[in-house]
Amino acid sequence: MAFLRNKLRPFSPARYVGLAGFVVLAACLGYGQTTNSCLDCHSALPDPLGVSQEKFSQDIHAQKGLTCASCHGGDPTSDDPDKAMSRKAGWKGKIDRKQIPQLCGTCHSDPAYIRQFNPSLRTDQLGQYRTSVHGKRLAAGDTKVAVCTDCHSVHDLRAPSDPRSTVNPVNVANTCARCHADASYMKGYSIPTDQFAKYSTSVHHQALAVRGDLSAPTCTTCHGNHGAAPPGVDKVQNVCSNCHAFQAQMYEKSSHKKAFEAASLPGCVVCHNNHAIIHPTDAKLGTGPDGVCMQCHTPGDACDQARAGLQSSLSRLDEAIKSADQVLRVAESSGMEVSEARLGQDQARDSLTKARVTIHSFRTDLVDQDIQAGLKIAANNLQAGKKAMVERNYRRVGLGMSLIAIGIVLAGLWLYVKKIES
Amino acid sequence: MSPLRNVRSWLDDRFGWDDLVAPLRKKTVPLHRLSYWYFLGGITLFLFVIQVLTGILLLLYYRPGANEAFESVQYIMTQVRFGWLVRSIHSWSANLMIFTAFAHMFSVLFLKAYRKPRELTWISGVLLLFLVMGFGFSGYLLPWNTLAFFATKVGTEITGQVPIVGKPMMIFLRGGEDVTGATLTRFFGFHVAVLPGLATLLVLLHLLLVQRLGISIPPKLEVQWTANPSAKREMKFFPNFMLREMMAWYVALGVLGALAAVFPWNLGVKADPFVSAPAGIKPEWYFLFMFQTLKLIPPKVWFIDGDVLGVLAFGLVGLLWILLPFFESDQPSRTKRWITGLAVFALAYMAGMSVYGLLAK
Repeated sequence: MAFLRNKLRPFSPARYVGLAGFVVLAACLGYGQTTNSCLDCHSALPDPLGVSQEKFSQDIHAQKGLTCASCHGGDPTSDDPDKAMSRKAGWKGKIDRKQIPQLCGTCHSDPAYIRQFNPSLRTDQLGQYRTSVHGKRLAAGDTKVAVCTDCHSVHDLRAPSDPRSTVNPVNVANTCARCHADASYMKGYSIPTDQFAKYSTSVHHQALAVRGDLSAPTCTTCHGNHGAAPPGVDKVQNVCSNCHAFQAQMYEKSSHKKAFEAASLPGCVVCHNNHAIIHPTDAKLGTGPDGVCMQCHTPGDACDQARAGLQSSLSRLDEAIKSADQVLRVAESSGMEVSEARLGQDQARDSLTKARVTIHSFRTDLVDQDIQAGLKIAANNLQAGKKAMVERNYRRVGLGMSLIAIGIVLAGLWLYVKKIES
Repeated sequence: MSPLRNVRSWLDDRFGWDDLVAPLRKKTVPLHRLSYWYFLGGITLFLFVIQVLTGILLLLYYRPGANEAFESVQYIMTQVRFGWLVRSIHSWSANLMIFTAFAHMFSVLFLKAYRKPRELTWISGVLLLFLVMGFGFSGYLLPWNTLAFFATKVGTEITGQVPIVGKPMMIFLRGGEDVTGATLTRFFGFHVAVLPGLATLLVLLHLLLVQRLGISIPPKLEVQWTANPSAKREMKFFPNFMLREMMAWYVALGVLGALAAVFPWNLGVKADPFVSAPAGIKPEWYFLFMFQTLKLIPPKVWFIDGDVLGVLAFGLVGLLWILLPFFESDQPSRTKRWITGLAVFALAYMAGMSVYGLLAK
């Protein structure tokens, strides 16, 4: 009965040793049969029915011992197409799109079965999928939405850890974009189709695709994968806080949280955007084209004054660090030993980073604490650099005087030699 | 009577000071257009003395040990009064000394000063050059910075290529299988005790031989002066040559001071045995020609390992180099031209390979 329910089983040699023995015996007796007659024909057929042996051998299911019959049913041991694809043998033919999640879930929702292959693989994908926008729409009869095979591919499905997999972190955005960036395909869904274009300009895309940082977020990091859905306006900070924990802590304490909630504004996204998140600079606090505060605040009000104070504090520390860096660089290139001060500059930079994080509290007193700590360190380092430069000049003066003394001795010796030789 | 004369008289009464310094009064230096090459030996000796003096001063603060060496050198460079000057002079003087020792050797070679009866002077001189390179190799590790650590690793690995005795020698040098704090303390011992002891003995022998045998004259001039003794020109060693030598020392001192003040010797980054070697790591310039040669030898030459072949070849060349005077003619009129050719080739090879090694990635 298990077979009739299409319970997928690996093609275990031990389990099928009797069958294999029979096949070998039959081959010897001249009754030769291939073990997977499906590929014999389908490898010669054009798309969408064509599946080559080479393509299928790349599929993780094939590698784990599953065959065409595991999903499509039928009798792959028969060379006779009528027998191989008979309903009597359980043949299902092309799987209906609506049935795909359920079919995949037959195995992928069974922890006992999945454990044989990968004990750490989750088995809640089907359940999650049903909560997703894709799953809900599919259940409502919309077959345009993504099902398992649209994202994971079919017949050449690879493990997500494989860089060639369509769901490898590096490839996820492109996979989602196949539908979500296609304006004609998405027509009628009333959602934008520029997410991928915007994401491609983001700092997250830079980190993931350019720097190869696999921990950087892609579509599924914020939207979920099997349970894909927009995070919702009031939940945005919960999504961002998964990585930006300290910023989120500060934001939680800030007056902006309540204000944004009251105005139904989507938290972090208000200032940082959602898909086109570019590297933030201190100019965000300014009044120029990159400034964000004045989108809501009125020039000259208390908040505007606080904004100006925060921006000027950050600039002050940034300038102090740069000045110390410059002096230390010159001292170092003059051969002076300033490694301790150079190391100290990292602490000053840490203070600046901390202040930039504390900005999310929008409290000048808290930011000022970090700024003052950084300024103190930068001032000490600047002093160390200046001291090294004074020391360098002192050495050079000393050298000059020594060379003059040596020159005088040399001249004296030369004159003495001339005198005794004359 | 002046106080100086009083002291001299006092010393003469006790152990015959005048008899002791009499040879110096009689000593002369041949005077010809290449006489200035005679200064090189004295300059090398002067730099050796500088090394001893600055080395003793560094010993006051240096602490050998993987956890302390770098910090102690950093302390010398930043906290100790004039520590930066002493350390920079020690490092620059070491390099200049190796340079002048090489220059001295080649000047002796081109002036054919190694000929009979000065074979032992040559041998002691070449051995001193090897010792000086040993000083450089052992001293380079002492600040325990990244470059020194990996250069020592590569250098001792090359020693390990010597057949039969190589591996035990490498373990002896390293104080174990790897370069560790044990290697540092060992190298410190070689640098401040073993090598100085040997070098002092050899320097004394070398000076004694120079004093005993006098200063050599280029063969052509020797033939001319033997045929016509009236053409012979000389300068008194003391005070005439000595005063000029002192002038050379003062110039060397000025160069050293300028280098130390304008380009203080870099400290680098503390060695971390767990990080990978920096890309393109190279030894000090005086080992570069050997290092580059070893790099160019194919991994296998016939059935012999390339590195083993290289090390054996350098060992053989070193041995033949020591024995070079024994291939030379006794007659100044019949000196072997091929030895001069070999010297030119050796100089060109060392300079060319060093530049190649410096530029190679």
